[in-house]
Amino acid sequence: MQVTNILSWITYLPAAAAATLLLFPRESLRAMKWFAFTSSVIVFLLALYPVYHMDPGMPGMQFEESAPWIRAGGYAVSHHLGVDGISLFLVALTAFLTPLALLASWNSISKALRPFLICMLLLETGMVGVFCALDLVLFYVFWEVMLIPMYFLIGIWGGERRVYAAVKFILYTMVGSLLMLVAIIYLCLANGGTTFDLQTIHQNLASGALQLTHREEMWLFLAFLLAFAIKVPMFPLHTWLPDAHVEAPTAGSVILAGVLLKMGTYGILRFCLPLFPTASLTAAPYLIVLGLIGIVYGALVAMVQPDLKKLVAYSSVSHMGLIIVGIFAFTIQGLQGATMQMLNHGLSTGALFLLVGMIYDRRHTRMIADFGGLAHGSPALAAFFMIVTLSSIGLPGLNGFVGEVLILAGTFLRNRAYAAIAATGMILGAVYMLWMYQRVFLGAAAAPANREMGDISRREKCVLIPVVVMMVWMGVYPAPFLRRMEASLHAVQQRVHDARGPEGGYHVRNVVGQPGTQGAGR
Amino acid sequence: MIATYFPIVPLLILVAAGMLVMVLEPFTAPERKARLGQMAVVATALAAYSLAFQWNAPPRTLFRGMFVVDNFSVFFQWLFLVITGISALVSIRFNERESLSRGEYYALLLFACAGMSLMAASDDLLLTFLALEILSISTYVLAGFKRNEAHSNESALKYFLLGSFATAFLLYGIALIYGSSGSTNYQSIRTVIHLQGSAQVTAVAGLVLLLVGFGFKAALVPFHAWAPDVYEGAPTTVTAFMTVGPKAAAFAALARVLAEAFPSLAGDWTSLLWAVSILTMTLGNVVAVQQTNIKRMLAYSAIAHAGYILIGLVANTRSGYGAVLFYLVIYAVMNLGALTIVLSLSRQGDKSVNLDDYAGLGQRAPFAAAALSVFLISLAGIPLTGGFIGKFYLFSSALPHYLGLVIIAVLNSVISVYYYFRVMVFMYMREPSQGEPEPEPINHSVLAIIAICAVGVFWLGIQPSGLLHLASNSVLTLK
Repeated sequence: MQVTNILSWITYLPAAAAATLLLFPRESLRAMKWFAFTSSVIVFLLALYPVYHMDPGMPGMQFEESAPWIRAGGYAVSHHLGVDGISLFLVALTAFLTPLALLASWNSISKALRPFLICMLLLETGMVGVFCALDLVLFYVFWEVMLIPMYFLIGIWGGERRVYAAVKFILYTMVGSLLMLVAIIYLCLANGGTTFDLQTIHQNLASGALQLTHREEMWLFLAFLLAFAIKVPMFPLHTWLPDAHVEAPTAGSVILAGVLLKMGTYGILRFCLPLFPTASLTAAPYLIVLGLIGIVYGALVAMVQPDLKKLVAYSSVSHMGLIIVGIFAFTIQGLQGATMQMLNHGLSTGALFLLVGMIYDRRHTRMIADFGGLAHGSPALAAFFMIVTLSSIGLPGLNGFVGEVLILAGTFLRNRAYAAIAATGMILGAVYMLWMYQRVFLGAAAAPANREMGDISRREKCVLIPVVVMMVWMGVYPAPFLRRMEASLHAVQQRVHDARGPEGGYHVRNVVGQPGTQGAGR
Repeated sequence: MIATYFPIVPLLILVAAGMLVMVLEPFTAPERKARLGQMAVVATALAAYSLAFQWNAPPRTLFRGMFVVDNFSVFFQWLFLVITGISALVSIRFNERESLSRGEYYALLLFACAGMSLMAASDDLLLTFLALEILSISTYVLAGFKRNEAHSNESALKYFLLGSFATAFLLYGIALIYGSSGSTNYQSIRTVIHLQGSAQVTAVAGLVLLLVGFGFKAALVPFHAWAPDVYEGAPTTVTAFMTVGPKAAAFAALARVLAEAFPSLAGDWTSLLWAVSILTMTLGNVVAVQQTNIKRMLAYSAIAHAGYILIGLVANTRSGYGAVLFYLVIYAVMNLGALTIVLSLSRQGDKSVNLDDYAGLGQRAPFAAAALSVFLISLAGIPLTGGFIGKFYLFSSALPHYLGLVIIAVLNSVISVYYYFRVMVFMYMREPSQGEPEPEPINHSVLAIIAICAVGVFWLGIQPSGLLHLASNSVLTLK
């Protein structure tokens, strides 16, 4: 059976569900919850279709669909969607985490339930759209539109300092994305000013029909990179993240950590590397160093956090640094590991936030010092927390290991010192995560409340079991995932490799030193 | 013979209706003054209908080249009629509340609309001047319409004094240009200046003085000082009209005079406007951040938006002018929408327009809060709203030549996100203050206008192609 426009269905079904929620009578809260949850599950089932039916041997876009959108003033903006090995699983991850986040916040949203559900569903539309969009303007539209529901999620349902966190989040991301908009327009005009289609521009760049001077390429690269680096977040642009994570409600944190951060690394893979390979090569050493700083810095700061959510937030900085290192190693292992690690981090950090949220719902505190001996009263929670902790650390047999090992192997091929520093992140990760686990779950129960906290409910088990199943599957048998990513990542690597020029080698200064040869065509 | 004058029928309708309203005013019982407002709305609708026959007609001039009939003028006349119609419709209800219900109000709106329409259609400096005066005098009176309030009177007097001063500049500019080119007709000026080359000091000086005059009307920095006080002091219905109508008219006249009369001095005026654009948007946005009164905040935001719109004139290309037209329309829709909500949330005497009064509005008045959010998001230029498409086309028209200007503009947009979103912080993220009375329910016709504006904002954000075509068709005679 051939399904047409599957990506449009996945993208817009949540938005349609959000609109339908407006029709529900005010008091039928249960029905609204069930409706939102069911529609997000349907979206997930739809998202499995491309995963099953994609052709792993094909590097290009699949399930493509294109329709004209805006045609005026010489420009054409098209509604062009498609997925390849890079975006396929990110779409699936988004569709996987959204129902779980909804289920996890089943009873914890006390005010304005309908707007909350609408925000979550609109957020899903925005995120899936970002991963599927193949037109630069369409991409930008989804990229920005998604900010609004996230802003409200943090600002309305967040913690004490929610307004500060929400405003910081939106201002930070706007600076980056508006400069990216300028770069998008500039790139389109350089390409003749008729189309914003990513593939057309990419082909023109690859074939030499569109030639950018080295200066232009560098600035365009930096404009795109800034938007993505803020989202990742790359050290030193990470300061919005701990605030947003800590203040966001559980569902918001899960989506933020699980999917939003991936949009940054996805953007680098989808736009920065293929469109500006020479600039990527030039910038790679610096970005790797920033990634390494992020790994070590994030881990060290995580170690001393008194707040569980802050600890997980800083661990994100560390893990995302590793992904950056993996990408800019430009080896196929590094790229595959980075893409895999995006999924792993989405699962494990998402799950950590879910678990922290479950603890918070019971104890109304997130301070590590208030806990201790939780394992006595809630053994199942402790067991799930252990599995997720181990996955986050990268224990063999669970998902985290696969990504980290691939990244380290890929980085090792490029530079041994980089790999060695990156590996310390794993060690430090084990330190802060296990130490945190010990202080929270083991030992004698410090306060009576810790003993009487109560174990997780059936609903919460339904949230956690799918995540754990995926963790084990991806850890034991990652081949189905890696196989589907490989061809697309090869294409990206090839593109960067070609830009390296005949000199070869990783020391790309030779290429950089001759701006004239690059710009001769213009 | 009569058919020759057919293009001025819309203007005649406006002026005749205005005079009829004046005549009927003394014979209308105080409780039936709303009828006069409805007459004004009908007059704008009739005028808009009679304009439709002029769309896409071959461009020509009337009255010895003074009055142009082209798509540009039709486009703007439509815009002014819609603005005036909406303003009149919204005013009916609120003038009753504020006890301002007098027929002259609607007559002045109609005269102002006629002035604006003439500004867009004028091809002669003298006619432009006359049109500007028709507009200005009407708005001077409108700004001071709350004649029992010292605040309103102060702002009207300020506006009048500064406005006359600026008009003097404009007139002096016209004189200098006439002195150097021997004509006040745009086409003749163009030819003469082209022949003289660009070294004419008097022509450049005249152009600069002209820019001062128009800059005052459009509230461009450094001629903006009147705007916040007047926008704050005037009745909110008049503020809504003034932030969109006269501003658009000033841009229409400016675009036509620059593109038609002074293309050979483009190097001079683009660099001048480049600086004015940066100053205007930066000052508007930076000062708006500190405002706690929503009307004042929107006043500074109106200044900032004039700075964005200038980008299109600086670009001085067909796509730039098209973007200006598109932006003026979307700006009118979102600003009218936002101010109409501010109006319907305010209390008698234009009270409750501070940010604190909006705390918890999301719970107290969910529809108004949601609609205001839509307009603010659009003003901030977030995608899926018309504000984004407008900015997108303005910015892309100026690239790649004015990269620095565009970068400054996007950084300004980030600043604007802060203050637009701060209103939403108050509406949704703060608890309502105790003892705050429930806002009055919104009147049906006002509700309909708000809903239409909100739908328009989304429509122009999702399906802008139609209006973009219209806008680019309208600037064909310009460039």
